[in-house]
Amino acid sequence: MMERHTLSVLVEDRPGVLARVSGLFSRRGFNIESLAVGPTEHPDVSRMTIVVAVDDLPLEQVTKQLNKLVHVIKIVELEPAASVQRELLLVKVRADPGVRSQVLEIVNLFRAKAVDVTPEALTIEATGTAEKLAALLKNLEPFGIREMVQSGMVAVGRGPRSITAAAAVR
Amino acid sequence: MTTATPRSGTAGPKPAPPPGRPGQQAATAPRGETAPRFDAVPMTGAQSLVRSLEEVGCEVVFGIPGGTILPAYDPLLDSTRVRHVLVRHEQGAGHAATGYAQATGRVGVCMATSGPGATNLVTPIADAHMDSIPLVAITGQQSRPLIGTDAFQEADITGITMPVTKHNMLVTDAKDIPRAITEAFHLASTGRPGPVLVDIPKDVLQEQTTFTWPAEMRLPGYRPTTRPHGKQIREAAKLICAAKQPVLYVGGGVLKAQASAELLQLAELSGIPVVTTLMARGAFPDSHPQHVGMPGMHGTVAAVAAMQKSDLLVALGARFDDRVTGQLASFAPDAKIVHADIDPAEISKNRRADVPIVGDCKEVITELITAVTAERTEHGHRDLAQWWAYLDDLRGTYPLGYSWPTDGSLSPEYVIERVGQIAGPDAVYAAGVGQHQMWAAQFIKYEKPRSWLNSGGLGTMGFAVPAAMGAKMARPDAVVWAIDGDGCFQMTNQELATCAIEGIPIKVAIINNGNLGMVRQWQNLFYKERYSQTDLGTHKHRIPDFKLLAEAMGCVGLRAESKEEVDRVIKQAMEIDDQPVVIDFVVGADAQVWPMVAAGTGNSEIMAARNIRPLFDGDELVADDAAVDAVIAEARPHQEQGDEG
Repeated sequence: MMERHTLSVLVEDRPGVLARVSGLFSRRGFNIESLAVGPTEHPDVSRMTIVVAVDDLPLEQVTKQLNKLVHVIKIVELEPAASVQRELLLVKVRADPGVRSQVLEIVNLFRAKAVDVTPEALTIEATGTAEKLAALLKNLEPFGIREMVQSGMVAVGRGPRSITAAAAVR
Repeated sequence: MTTATPRSGTAGPKPAPPPGRPGQQAATAPRGETAPRFDAVPMTGAQSLVRSLEEVGCEVVFGIPGGTILPAYDPLLDSTRVRHVLVRHEQGAGHAATGYAQATGRVGVCMATSGPGATNLVTPIADAHMDSIPLVAITGQQSRPLIGTDAFQEADITGITMPVTKHNMLVTDAKDIPRAITEAFHLASTGRPGPVLVDIPKDVLQEQTTFTWPAEMRLPGYRPTTRPHGKQIREAAKLICAAKQPVLYVGGGVLKAQASAELLQLAELSGIPVVTTLMARGAFPDSHPQHVGMPGMHGTVAAVAAMQKSDLLVALGARFDDRVTGQLASFAPDAKIVHADIDPAEISKNRRADVPIVGDCKEVITELITAVTAERTEHGHRDLAQWWAYLDDLRGTYPLGYSWPTDGSLSPEYVIERVGQIAGPDAVYAAGVGQHQMWAAQFIKYEKPRSWLNSGGLGTMGFAVPAAMGAKMARPDAVVWAIDGDGCFQMTNQELATCAIEGIPIKVAIINNGNLGMVRQWQNLFYKERYSQTDLGTHKHRIPDFKLLAEAMGCVGLRAESKEEVDRVIKQAMEIDDQPVVIDFVVGADAQVWPMVAAGTGNSEIMAARNIRPLFDGDELVADDAAVDAVIAEARPHQEQGDEG
């Protein structure tokens, strides 16, 4: 059984760095389940959160190969129990005035938000773990999902420590 | 001295100390306090590039100008410190830079224009990547406003070479040029060496900028580990002293780390058998009694058996390549693995290491010597006499050998062997890829580091001539032979014109069997002798006539077609030092490379010769006495040449 691993990868914010990372995964035959990239508190450093499904030994290869990329500064694996892991979901649900209150009830149950309302549809924003978002979607499905978009996972370790503290560029 | 081996009294000759490498430091790091400093000197980007190359210690650039790199060639004309060698094809520039690097350890530099110039460099860059060669490739790029518009001769060369470089960069500001060149040389030559490509748009070369040197590097994510971990070293020493059937599995990393002297010391201290991979030939003297040969697909039976039967493999700068391990699942089933490499990603990549050691081979081996000495004093060590008896038996029974073609044609192995014997261990040998490469690895005796250059990982046909050219540029006093095949030779022989015009007197031995020999061998063995598209016609039609071709390109052309002529033409070539020499050795087409582990099979399936399996997997060393007699008979002509097998 392949396990899912969450890697936080600090990289130099340089042109092409995403291509270097994603190219490495594809040419070494590793599958990316999700990848999210964004800025950090250091202006020269970006942070990627990469979810991969591999066994322990290939995971060691993934991190070693990633570490060989000159623009990769640091890699940390975030254990689910010791980190906060979140995804963002935007979903447009068919909801005419007749069922709108039922849909909103589900939205409230999942502590999601309605961010756009029209007579025919509701757009809902939700954040949470992959499991929670999957559960929300399952409950919304009977009303009819017109469109949805989901982000890759972002994650941060629990507790006061920072993985970026020692990684300042230069 | 060790008491573990019966050969303790007969230590082989010590190899010469690693060749002096003037300029090495200059090539790898910005100069220290004494170096001249330049502070914001105004000049163009192109002038900044040439000045940076001069300051970083680059002596020679192999390249071809073209549209976008043109600005760089103007200041290059005035440089007295950087010599440019105008090649005939960019692939030649790349392999020449590799030959230069392999022969010296210094960074090889090649240069090309954008688009096709740059894409022609892709093969040698990929080649250098696979063999961990310190190479810097500088390419012109279309001007910044044109990038991404499919402009004339535009190619996304940083995108194209991303998977085959250690690193690459597109310089978008002329003031970054000194830093880019400094970083490129540093990345190429430190840690696990590799190719670095620097792509510079034409308008960046043309713009006015300032030159400041030394340039500060910004590589926060690059921190190669060179010092090994003490605990791992002690753990390895324990295993080394406790092993009954250990093998030192030596790879190209030992050459890169210039650790041959240390390796010899460790080997003699421990009495352990040594195998040198294709990339490590010359890292340990062939004449040393502890050297049991090259392992792998065409390795010696003794070397393959040593690894297969081993209870401890000490891998030093080697990477458990599939051509060495054969079928991985059945490779060295009883061996524990100590794996030392400067690249942590190599450790446990193919075969799980019991003791991983990340570090530079020179430091690793030096510390191993200390640790093994201490361990032996404290806990003693195993007697290896039985292990040596087993290996000696195999060496005696299955020496490297060849038989003469029955059709009266010239034996290719004999030709290569004679080149090696006449040119001797001080010469540098560069090979192409195929049968002649394997024979050159088997039948030339390498005693010194950096005397054997070849394309091991990528297997690039056409490597020999340009690589020999680069090596001769780097070591003008050395005799440099290209051992090439007629197929390989026809891929890159145009660089002979470069050699003739630039005064680079290399010697080329074309092992002309009229065919793509290795492919033909496989067709013979695995495709029912159906020779599809392997006959090059070089025998049948004598097209091209290599002697005339050589002469047309300003070289001396010679030919030998019989045994009697071989020594004469080699000696004639050895006497010519003012012109490149090409010898067309017309050899038999049916010679095959043996021993052989067929692709996809396990190393225990090694065949010493056709249909002859030593079968050393069982308790019985040899299964079939008649088969052994046949092998011995086959090996005899070779033995009679008075050469130890």
